[in-house]
Amino acid sequence: MSTTIPRRERPKQPAKAAKPGTPATSQTAYGRHSQRWLAWIFLAPTILGMGLFTLVPIAASVVLAFFRWDIISAPTFVGFDNFAEVVQDPTVRVSFLNTIAFVIVAVALQLGLALALAVMVQEKMPAWLRTFFRSAFFFPLILSAASVSIFMRYLFNEQFGVVNWFLSLAGIPAVPWLTTPGGSAAVVILVYVWQNFGFSFLLFIGGLASIPVETYEAAALDGATGWRKHVYVTLPLLSPTTLLASVMAIISALQVFDQTYVLTRGGPGDSTRTAVMVIFESAFQRLEFGEASAIGVILTLIIMAITAAQFRLSKRFVFYQ
Amino acid sequence: MTTTTERVSTRTPAVPARSRRKPNWNLVLRIVLLMIAAVLTLGPVMWTLSTSLRSPSESFKLPPSFFPWNPDFTSYAQVFRQVDIVLLVLNSALVTGLIAVGQMVTAAMAGYAFANLKFRGRGALFSIVLATMMVPLQVTIVPVFMLIRGMGLSDTLLALILPAIPTAFGTFLMRQYFMGLPTDLAEAASIDGASPWRTFRSVYAPLAIPGMAIVGILAFNFHWNEFFRPLIMTISEQNFTLPLGLVSLQGNLGTGSISVVLAGVVLSMIPALVVFIFGQRVLQDGLTAGSGK
Repeated sequence: MSTTIPRRERPKQPAKAAKPGTPATSQTAYGRHSQRWLAWIFLAPTILGMGLFTLVPIAASVVLAFFRWDIISAPTFVGFDNFAEVVQDPTVRVSFLNTIAFVIVAVALQLGLALALAVMVQEKMPAWLRTFFRSAFFFPLILSAASVSIFMRYLFNEQFGVVNWFLSLAGIPAVPWLTTPGGSAAVVILVYVWQNFGFSFLLFIGGLASIPVETYEAAALDGATGWRKHVYVTLPLLSPTTLLASVMAIISALQVFDQTYVLTRGGPGDSTRTAVMVIFESAFQRLEFGEASAIGVILTLIIMAITAAQFRLSKRFVFYQ
Repeated sequence: MTTTTERVSTRTPAVPARSRRKPNWNLVLRIVLLMIAAVLTLGPVMWTLSTSLRSPSESFKLPPSFFPWNPDFTSYAQVFRQVDIVLLVLNSALVTGLIAVGQMVTAAMAGYAFANLKFRGRGALFSIVLATMMVPLQVTIVPVFMLIRGMGLSDTLLALILPAIPTAFGTFLMRQYFMGLPTDLAEAASIDGASPWRTFRSVYAPLAIPGMAIVGILAFNFHWNEFFRPLIMTISEQNFTLPLGLVSLQGNLGTGSISVVLAGVVLSMIPALVVFIFGQRVLQDGLTAGSGK
């Protein structure tokens, strides 16, 4: 920006040009004291709110995990009992395994689909078509997961659902989508990916736009076209975006709840029960708040471990230009 | 400098040159695949709309008629009779509106403090704010629920509004926004004798309105669709928000017609659709903000 203005037209250079990324501060004439007061007043609502509704609850959650409490009677300290019970509880175990399986399949589908579509949209095509595709893939993100799950239940209904009607045209017999463990797991994954792939798609579009054209030109001179162009240029240069997209997709998939609650209520059996659903059920249906907190603490530790592992692994696979 | 401008102007990576006369089969194939993806993405919503416009008796019929030639609005009328949808919309609008305004104001203030004001512990405090983004909502929900009970707010709309106002992401977004504004403005204002408060109120706050709009639209989109917190925090139907009311509508209508439930779903989508049409660009930029390298 600044280079476009001829030097002599400028009245004077700023005393200290702020480095990009460093906020501008004390070059101003007014005193530090008034700045400090104003800062604390401005921060008060956010800091107090976060303390009250996030930081204190985190600490409380960890403490609560060591107590047995049903809100009505006084809490009793039980040490690691909650953790021991939770780890041995078959329902909790199954729901954590379900969550991990869900995350692996859903995130792989979501990222694969988003990357393929982003690459296809980014290459040469009329601008209006590109805008149309972008809006279409973004659209499900604005809907509520609860509403989506309501109408998807009807689309996947065994007798009168339109999905089975389409399959019948291809000669496929009616699939019992929501009444079998495999079927309902498939529906939860399909519905989740349908609604969320647009977010990864947007991230990939941004990442692709930042790859310089010259890189592709150089690769083309070296004979890389078609698939090879994507394998040797696009994928390595896109790896920072891929890391970010996968971290965000995994964290959000680990917290899946609305879809499973509305589509299947965790069933049939425990086949689609997820970690968050077990937290919800033990706290708000069985009033075992200590146990729910213990499950929450375990889930948080898993999320932190996965995120840390991803960033460590990324040191080997992510290339920065 | 020159390389960046080129990069911006040519958005599409170069495709290997092909002769103009032959049809570009690669392009045709890509458009066909993308069209299939777009149909699969939009199809379920179109299908929902078309089923909601069918008469209740016709809504089960297979093979389906894809286009409602004789749109029938009885299902929509039925929704108004079955649930107090006006109340649900008012509740949702009140909750979402107050959260959005609250987030815009508090995030702008905090973002300004982090970007433009100097005080001790700024870096550490900002790191803490960012760290709260990583904590899943489900981990804090039990203590927050008890806190709300302790404050005597359980089963009120305030229980949904208050905890949602402090926003780490919004604060981050507004800090980035203020850092993007030129610092010369603050100098000029201080030379003119403006106090820090005056500088914010008269110079920076008006310039921050587009940034605040991003925070507001994102908050609207998220909280209009929110299901988990309302499910836990509200008990009586008079305090339900739309997503919750719709799910209960589905339960009430075990034997009823699909088209009534789907009509409710379509009605709930209208505000989201309006925001989508007018704020699509803002929403897209907001959702991916901070993801740049």
